[in-house]
Amino acid sequence: MNKINFLTPNKENLYTYLYIGIFLFFFSVLDVFLNSFYNFNLTGFLPSSISSVLPLILGFIGLHLIRIEYSGIKKLDVLNKNINTNSFNAFLSLIIIFVVIKALPPLLSWFIIDANIAGDSKDACTGSGACWTYIKIWFNRFMYGMYPNAEQWRINLSFVALAFLGSIGYFATEKYKKYLTLYYVVIYPIIAFLFIFFFISGGPIFFDFSYGIIAAVISLIIGFFIPSKFKMYYFIIVPITIYILLKYVLFYEALIELGKLEALEWVETGAWGGLSLTFIVSFFCLIFCFPIGLFLSLGRRSDFPIIKYISIGMIEFWRGVPLITVLFMSSVMFPMFLPEDMFIDKLVRVIIAISLFEAAYVAEVIRGGLQALPRGQYDAAKSLGMGYWKMHIFVILPQALKLVIPGIANTFLALVKDTPLIFVVGLLEIVGMLNLAKTNPKWLGFAMEGYVFASVLFFIICYAMSKYSYNLEQKYKTER
Amino acid sequence: MADPIIQIKDMNKWFGDFQVLKDINLDVEANKKIVVCGPSGSGKSTLIRCINRLEEHQKGSIIVDGTELSEETKNIEQIRAEVGMVFQQFNLFPHLSILDNCTLAPIWVKKMPKKEAEELALKQLKQVQIDDQANKYPGQLSGGQQQRCAIARALCMEPKIMLFDEPTSALDPEMIKEVLDAMVNLAKAGMTMIVVTHEMGFAKEVADEVIFMDEGMIIEKANTTEFFANPKSDRTKLFLSQIL
Repeated sequence: MNKINFLTPNKENLYTYLYIGIFLFFFSVLDVFLNSFYNFNLTGFLPSSISSVLPLILGFIGLHLIRIEYSGIKKLDVLNKNINTNSFNAFLSLIIIFVVIKALPPLLSWFIIDANIAGDSKDACTGSGACWTYIKIWFNRFMYGMYPNAEQWRINLSFVALAFLGSIGYFATEKYKKYLTLYYVVIYPIIAFLFIFFFISGGPIFFDFSYGIIAAVISLIIGFFIPSKFKMYYFIIVPITIYILLKYVLFYEALIELGKLEALEWVETGAWGGLSLTFIVSFFCLIFCFPIGLFLSLGRRSDFPIIKYISIGMIEFWRGVPLITVLFMSSVMFPMFLPEDMFIDKLVRVIIAISLFEAAYVAEVIRGGLQALPRGQYDAAKSLGMGYWKMHIFVILPQALKLVIPGIANTFLALVKDTPLIFVVGLLEIVGMLNLAKTNPKWLGFAMEGYVFASVLFFIICYAMSKYSYNLEQKYKTER
Repeated sequence: MADPIIQIKDMNKWFGDFQVLKDINLDVEANKKIVVCGPSGSGKSTLIRCINRLEEHQKGSIIVDGTELSEETKNIEQIRAEVGMVFQQFNLFPHLSILDNCTLAPIWVKKMPKKEAEELALKQLKQVQIDDQANKYPGQLSGGQQQRCAIARALCMEPKIMLFDEPTSALDPEMIKEVLDAMVNLAKAGMTMIVVTHEMGFAKEVADEVIFMDEGMIIEKANTTEFFANPKSDRTKLFLSQIL
């Protein structure tokens, strides 16, 4: 005959404790749940001061009763180990569970249940929740800024093409893997720039696409009969020759007509905006700030005083000034120093400014990695006869950069989240567009929906980047 | 008789105000094996690090294989490619596999074709008996294996001289033997070697000459049997009595 002592649960009467404990715990959770979702109080017959703390007390006792070490029941042990190690932890766990249950109904009602998405004006928003109609109506503006509606396919096309070209690394076979770095560091940014310059901006076209296509087709057909040994050179030389022949030597009337491909409508950068501008600015700043930062960090450790002090000066200057003043300077002061007839686009100036600014941070992060490497690595590389560049490219940087992946990711995330600041020069990326939209007289009072929308987008972008950086870390982990 | 392959004349070195090396004179002839010993802080490591200019000397001259080490960096990389070095802490490149550790310098410094470099690396790894570990990373190997890999890596540059900076000091006693065996084999193959070590057994077996250093000076320099049988200076006697 066992005496059951409820103050110290033990293994002998495991199931008695377990049933009572679980019952009490679930009763308390159920009470809070009914209370917050259906406004129905199970313990309403008790005085209100008792009934409001009763779930906490019951849940606490319940957790106390099921806190049995090495019970032999796997799930119970896991539960105890994670949320129920001692009375204080049990108490905290209960509070957190209750707060989550309490907070869910208002959140759900604001986001979904009482929210509106139908209709196309402010009047459609009758519920007490969010007005997603506002986001729906303004969606195009949030994505493309003031970019003309009829031309938005150009942005879509460019982004889809760039996303496709960017994902090529996943499909590359072993044979082409070694060219991937070159591709991503040099070729891909150039392609991206060309797309943005010709498609999104509608820059002047020096290239007749119709002639180009004809040249490509002809050279492809001839290409089948060329031995594979010379193909590499062939595909560079022949298309260019045919293109030049078509354009400048053989003036066939029909071909000239074909050659007049209409240039795309010019859209000035001031009209760009929304999420697409966020992407463009972030992308180019990321690409430029990394190499600049790399060279600054190497420069700062250089033995040559001139290089060293220039690097220190650059880093300390850009780290020492706020980004908002840098942007302001780039748009207001900088043009004053340029000759009269020289003009640099506002967007370009902004990208240069942000790149230099973030490069200073990247430089210091990389320097941290360089300093973390033991001196022996430098000694070993030198003793094998490697010079400065070989040593850094093959030995030092691969290790140092691997060490600083988290730090670099940190800086890059900060960069993406700094892009809204370009509103000071009149460029409106997504947050800028939100601010513009919320002051529209027809749509006053929906700032909250806008900011929630932007937060979600930024979170998705930043979380993806952070995941990617974590994957990189895992991929390059070689030791231990 | 040909010129000595390493000629050091009146060499002095300071770290700031502290003089580490005082008037070092040393000639090493080709295919000779020299063991340098002495208490810690006596400048042994600094001396051999000066030979491939990992440290700069301030006074005197060092001539390695006919080229004088000087401020001009032109020849330094060339000399370093001819002088292999093995470190106390192995200093393998942890981000590269054992094979890549060995082929990196031949491919990029000596411009050797990749295939040839890999064959050479495997041959050298076989010499030190770790060719079966070629595709692992340094972090996966024991200390002794890492040090043998470091020897193979240095040999892949086909150096004329090998410098060893306390190659067994960071190893477990059991692993010391496998590294020393590799070094003995290398010595028998006729390599010019300068070894800083406390392994007197190795010195007796392999060395042609033993140098004893203290406080930055060469106290005694004698051929091996002479050095151990009747050391001249009192400092050497004291040192030998403590470690033998």
